[in-house]
Amino acid sequence: MTTNITFQLNGREKTVQAHPMARLLDVLRQDCSLTGTKEGCGEGECGACTVIIDGRAVMSCMVPVCQVHGSKVESIEGLESMGADGQTCLHLIQEAFIKCGGAQCGICTPGMIMAAVAYLRQPESAPGGVAEALEGNLCRCTGYTRIFESVKTAIDRMKTGANQSR
Amino acid sequence: MTPSNPTYQYVGKSVLRNEGRNKVTGRAVYVDDIATPGALYAKTIRSTVACGRIKDIQFGPGIPWDEFTVVDVRDIPHNVVELIKADQPVLCDGVVRHREEPILLIAHPDKGMVENAAREIKITYEVEPAILEIGPGAVQTEYLIVEGDVDAAFASSDIVFEETYQTGSQEHVYIEPNGFIAEWQGDRIVLHGSLQCPYYVVKAVKMCFGIEEKQVEVIQETTGGGFGGKEEFPNVVALHAALLAKKSGKPVRLIYDRQEDMACSTKRHPSVSRVKIGVSRDGVLKALDFDFQIDAGAYVTLSPVVLSRGVLHAGGCYRWPAARIRGRSFTTNSPPYGAFRGFGAPQSLFATECAINAVADRLGMDPAEFRRKNFLHKGDKMPTGQVLDVEPNLDAMLDRVIAMSGWAEKRASMKKGSGRGVGLATILHGTGFTGSGEVYLQSRVALAGRADGKVDILVGSTEIGQGTETIFRQIAAEALRLPMEQVEFHKIRTSAVPNSGPTVASRTCSVVGRLVQRAAEQMFEKLDGKSVAEYVKANGSLRTETQFEPRPGLKWDDATYKGSAYGAYSWMCNVAEVQVDPVTATPKVETIFATVDIGTLINPTLAYGQVEGGVAQAVGWATSEKVTLRDGVMANCQMTNYIIPTSVDAPDIQLEFMPTPDPFGAFGAKGVGEMPMDGPAPAVTAAIGHAINKTISAIPATPEDLIS
Amino acid sequence: MRTNLADYECLTPGSVREALEQRATGRKLIPIAGGTDVMVWMNDGHLGKVGKVYQSLHALAGEWRYVKTDTEGNLRIGALATYSDVRHHEDVKKNYPMLVHSAQVTGAIQIQNRGTLAGNIANGSPAADTVPALMVYDAKLRLVNASGERVVELSEFFTGYRANVLKEEELISEIILPKPRFAADQQYYRKVGTREAQAISKVVFAGANDGKGNVRMAWGSVAPITLRSKKTEDAVAAGAAADDAWAILQTEITPIDDIRSTRDYRLKVSQRILADFLGKVHQ
Ligand code: FES
Ligand code: FES
Repeated sequence: MTTNITFQLNGREKTVQAHPMARLLDVLRQDCSLTGTKEGCGEGECGACTVIIDGRAVMSCMVPVCQVHGSKVESIEGLESMGADGQTCLHLIQEAFIKCGGAQCGICTPGMIMAAVAYLRQPESAPGGVAEALEGNLCRCTGYTRIFESVKTAIDRMKTGANQSR
Repeated sequence: MTPSNPTYQYVGKSVLRNEGRNKVTGRAVYVDDIATPGALYAKTIRSTVACGRIKDIQFGPGIPWDEFTVVDVRDIPHNVVELIKADQPVLCDGVVRHREEPILLIAHPDKGMVENAAREIKITYEVEPAILEIGPGAVQTEYLIVEGDVDAAFASSDIVFEETYQTGSQEHVYIEPNGFIAEWQGDRIVLHGSLQCPYYVVKAVKMCFGIEEKQVEVIQETTGGGFGGKEEFPNVVALHAALLAKKSGKPVRLIYDRQEDMACSTKRHPSVSRVKIGVSRDGVLKALDFDFQIDAGAYVTLSPVVLSRGVLHAGGCYRWPAARIRGRSFTTNSPPYGAFRGFGAPQSLFATECAINAVADRLGMDPAEFRRKNFLHKGDKMPTGQVLDVEPNLDAMLDRVIAMSGWAEKRASMKKGSGRGVGLATILHGTGFTGSGEVYLQSRVALAGRADGKVDILVGSTEIGQGTETIFRQIAAEALRLPMEQVEFHKIRTSAVPNSGPTVASRTCSVVGRLVQRAAEQMFEKLDGKSVAEYVKANGSLRTETQFEPRPGLKWDDATYKGSAYGAYSWMCNVAEVQVDPVTATPKVETIFATVDIGTLINPTLAYGQVEGGVAQAVGWATSEKVTLRDGVMANCQMTNYIIPTSVDAPDIQLEFMPTPDPFGAFGAKGVGEMPMDGPAPAVTAAIGHAINKTISAIPATPEDLIS
Repeated sequence: MRTNLADYECLTPGSVREALEQRATGRKLIPIAGGTDVMVWMNDGHLGKVGKVYQSLHALAGEWRYVKTDTEGNLRIGALATYSDVRHHEDVKKNYPMLVHSAQVTGAIQIQNRGTLAGNIANGSPAADTVPALMVYDAKLRLVNASGERVVELSEFFTGYRANVLKEEELISEIILPKPRFAADQQYYRKVGTREAQAISKVVFAGANDGKGNVRMAWGSVAPITLRSKKTEDAVAAGAAADDAWAILQTEITPIDDIRSTRDYRLKVSQRILADFLGKVHQ
């Protein structure tokens, strides 16, 4: 059984035909060819598949696609913006991850960045701060130190208005 | 602070990661991201018993088996996974030697159908008793190193200390599971994979199919973590994918899910170490007798080399007038254990460091002062007979870590059993392959100038997160005196890049980097002031190649296990600060302080990242990462039940680098990646022991162990 | 992902009425609220053991996703309210601190953004982190079907390991917490997990004691179901000392060895938690 599901994906309307229980993760990676969202476990534990649905970070391996009908879904591919010069322009959190060494092997990075973006937009979602905001994103490479530094750098830059967080 | 040579343009600078932009935008392509229209999805059917014989295989009803490609042992030209010893079959040959042993391979265009079909294959066995622990089984490999008159040295010791230490297995938990995509193009096989050692795969495929090296093309895709777990294990995955692709004539995707990956892939060797130490009353070490045993699992794989590194590090960073070190690996009915960051050294050093702390305790000495009396210095002899030709600088490193951590005040203020504690461990780690290993490898690298004026770095050394692409570009650009933008890292496909050896043993930056440096220096001379574009235009091509040359004076004898085990050593002093919850007995590692000597830091940000990541893994190994074995296989094979540190659990990590450069490493670099795995565990257990006033002699030290 | 989705069906009702009518047909429908349990079974290839036909309740959010205090002062948590909805709600923060705490230690933020308390109750895992807290707050569940509703005590909802009184045609529509009975310093919550975040509990405890004879104690991960230790409560209310209370508690909990911990550890920790609770909250 498949059904039509319509949602907003990175700002554009998208309709897919899928089994209602298909994992949003698979729909993004296969039906939408957006492979930036990664699968590390499929059991809601690693956070590599994190996307933002209606403003909140969620694990896309835990979401049956029928549940995003009518929702706004944002994946890592939607973070870049088009600069005035026609060049794509990184989100400041992406820049911070490059600068501070927040990405090593990179497999956790898209999910980590999406969780961080949700936090930057809504710091009250994690009263415990950056560590709590990222507790659902496992990284085996970094020991998290440089990831924290990346997020803090982005927060500082946001405060000084160096870039606009969307 | 990180010193850097002001005369260098790139070396010592935190140049941004080469592939960083692709990784933060989601554009980096990992093997599972490659679209393969028309490909088959594959699955491996595995044994459900640890030891026995296959009696019968039934293909159940309700599955359209004619639509499936099924590979069994009869489809394999040469049923061996080529590595050190030709004992591991590609598919089980009828005799099951461990659980999760591959028996059949199936593939179909519909992934869901593959899952259903896998459930309908019923295999029955004649079960035989399994050996699931170190001891009763056959000894696979054995080493013995003796230096000095050990028995006499013990006889003249005031105190003789003896204890047994155990370390558990550890799963790598690279966040990207293993995977390959295989496709035959005529008589040539193309393999895309997640891997550390492309030429290991080439060799395994070549031998299994009986084909020429040029018929095998291995392409490394962006690799989501390795830590040793993608050193030798990918050979098996690649062979399985290649067999299915051969039989079906179609491209085949064999991508493991997390549970399969955890259950069947290699892990850190569990170990048991019996340590006997003789010491004088005033705290001078006299003798060491070390019996090191590891569980190798069902096949040899890399266990002899892991055992070797464990044995060679067992003496730690101390002067022993006499030492006897014996190492044995045992065959069991567990899936083969394999390479994991540190490669045997963390296991033996855990025992050494625990014992050193215990002896200091017995003597009533501060463990820092006890160490200071016994540290290795330039000119001292190690158990292999190697004479240290550089001063390790351990006294200064120890002083610094003690100051950083507030060691003295904390030890004084935290009473034993108060729930808080600090612990110390000081370790060394040999750079690169053991003794003759590097000579045997004969690693090669090449640099090639292009018509557009750029230079390609051609190596088989993989980027697995540690920064290979970036540091090699830094090294090459520095030696070529070219802007870094003009130096590119060539994608690894074995038809295009030479074999620079495996990406293991902390050898990439120091040893292979040195080859890159030399190739770049040769190219600089060749250019003789011309630009790359000019030279290529005038001469048609520009290429330099270098091959490993042993450092002068380095001798190693495999037969006697004597000589210079490693050309260079890295050093690290660790202090752990721990709190143990009085209600739940849960240890919380709050901070790891460390001073680190990895020689020159080619890229400080990357170096910090490597050490911090290793420390976090070591802390996990020491405390929460318990591989629960049932039938010799990992029963807790989910991320939910195998507990690695989250962002909230990971300790605060305070590092200071104190480099003593190695003149034979790239711009003075020594090994980096593995060493941080060695010291934190014994530092943590010492701290826990202090906090709860108990001796900890086994890891992981879980709350279940600590509460009683 | 070890499931062939083609073998399964999933209904997507658009309203509570439609959902309950679908359930009234006599078909066995497995409800999906936030999906954080069902999707794990699907990944593991275990859907077949659970059921063939599923029913996503997500579109009922307009009716059932709320957290509010009613005119009588009861807190009402709609069946589709997520952990995040609950832990960040002002009334909850003010009156039910253990609920905030227990929601905050459930999974990670991504799971809290999806998972629902009602789903967690219906799933019946004895390791559920919020259920002991809810029990101590005397939570009731409103169970509805196409033709009516009933209200049951949460502490009487579970009948055995992952078994409960819910009928096939019913759904949990809301969780009702009476007006808070205990002051903040009369409450005690403790989760003992496998690590500090994203952990499944090895022992989880919620307790409250007003020193005037009102005592509540609920335990997770130490029995096939989350349970109130009522005999121990009575003893404590009557002034029993820690040792005596422990002797009674041992007759109420039955921890086992499993992949995450041991019976022995769970017993020792339960004893220490009990003592800590008695020592800290209203002796
Ligand atoms: S893949 Fe979704 S949480 Fe790991
Ligand atoms: S960078 Fe490799 S897992 Fe995080």
